[in-house]
Amino acid sequence: MLVAILCLAGLGAVFGIILGVASKKLAVEVDPRVEELIKAMPGANCGSCGLPGCGAFAEALVEGSIKPNACAPGGASLYEKIAAILGTESSDYQERQVAQILCQGGIGHSKMLFRYRGISDCHAALASFKGQKACNFGCVMQGSCSRACPFGAIQMGADGLPVIDYYLCTGCNNCVVECPQQILKLVGVSHLVNVRCVNTEKGKDAKAGCSVACIKCRICEKNCPEDAVHVVASGDGTVAVIDYDKCTNCGICAAKCPTKSIDKIPAISEEVVLEVGATPAAGCPSCGACKAA
Amino acid sequence: MQEYLIIVVSAVLINNIVLSQFLGICPFLGVSKKLSASLGMGGAVSFVLVLAGALTWTVQTYLLDPYNIGYLQTLAFILIIASLVQFVEMVLKKYSPPLYKALGIYLPLITTNCAVLGVAIINIQKEYTLGKVLMHSLSHAAGFTLALLLMSGIRERLEDADIPESMQGTPIALVTAALMSMAFLGFSGLI
Repeated sequence: MLVAILCLAGLGAVFGIILGVASKKLAVEVDPRVEELIKAMPGANCGSCGLPGCGAFAEALVEGSIKPNACAPGGASLYEKIAAILGTESSDYQERQVAQILCQGGIGHSKMLFRYRGISDCHAALASFKGQKACNFGCVMQGSCSRACPFGAIQMGADGLPVIDYYLCTGCNNCVVECPQQILKLVGVSHLVNVRCVNTEKGKDAKAGCSVACIKCRICEKNCPEDAVHVVASGDGTVAVIDYDKCTNCGICAAKCPTKSIDKIPAISEEVVLEVGATPAAGCPSCGACKAA
Repeated sequence: MQEYLIIVVSAVLINNIVLSQFLGICPFLGVSKKLSASLGMGGAVSFVLVLAGALTWTVQTYLLDPYNIGYLQTLAFILIIASLVQFVEMVLKKYSPPLYKALGIYLPLITTNCAVLGVAIINIQKEYTLGKVLMHSLSHAAGFTLALLLMSGIRERLEDADIPESMQGTPIALVTAALMSMAFLGFSGLI
């Protein structure tokens, strides 16, 4: 009995000492800031930053390989904490960016030249006579962006156009890269007015192909109190473009636009609001933080 | 010399630790998705297996047997294996962080890997000498690594295969493991 106890205790002690020495000798230095950052984070491990969990985000922050505003649930308040921990300026905070689609020419608005029945991929659809729509600039409605979205933020709507859920969108840029027409664009959440047309054809031609096309009438330009929207040269023609730095979201251009190709969306919250039972549209990033809390 | 050869062939092929004795199935299924990770896992398990084999044999021969406390075998062996795994974990974390990350949870799980304890106990049961213990442990480690490599090779090919939805992932891996195990039955008449 005594021998058994002594033997096992001896073994345990020997291994304990060896491990103790080893842990000192083989210690890996962890940046103390990583620990602090992890504590400051929402801790939902939702992956909206594009990394597997808050720990990975914290490490990437210290390495400097990720932007501090990548955390959607954390928002501006987390940004300030990160800035304090990392010792960077908090004033250069870049607001959260979400994808905006610059085309409204869905079924019913845009003239269809034929019916595309090939494989459901925008690149493939474009290869057949530049897509089924009369307009060669807009969305080809095959949902490549929706499939490219890792967060399920893009669903294809009833009119054939993608609908972006601004609360699920993390601004990861995947859809922007995927879109063969380059009509998806990352825009800061404070910018609510967008010209949703990239057709550079002459007004008459554009109007013939799509009822919500920019017809270059310059009514927006004339009515804008901030001189923020202009019909500028683009490609072979011209199209209205908003200068987001000047735009104050007054929405006058959207109201005056005869084809409604400019629209103003309801405000998007900078911080994703965490409320139990909230539907995604009301601000839930489905990160699971509420369940964990 | 011939005895050693028999030990090697029997441990690697005939009594393969995974495919014939069904020990160490957890990492066999868990870390066999990528060839590189499975090689790392094989290496880590081999290291632990050989060291644990030698250490457990020493403890059994010079501590448990003389004091007649053979009934503490399981407890003592697990203590040794757990400490060794902790040690390996520290070494990997220090010198090979990518491998440390690739192995993930399966590294601490070597602690409870029945292959390690199983081989240590078989060593004692067969009353091997230290030389044979080392050979036997090394061969079983090689057998484990071989099984893991074969499996991960097949699973990498399976990634591209058109598998029915209900069979994707673990189900097809289990079927593959069963087929491999049956294939290894063919080695049983080798010696």
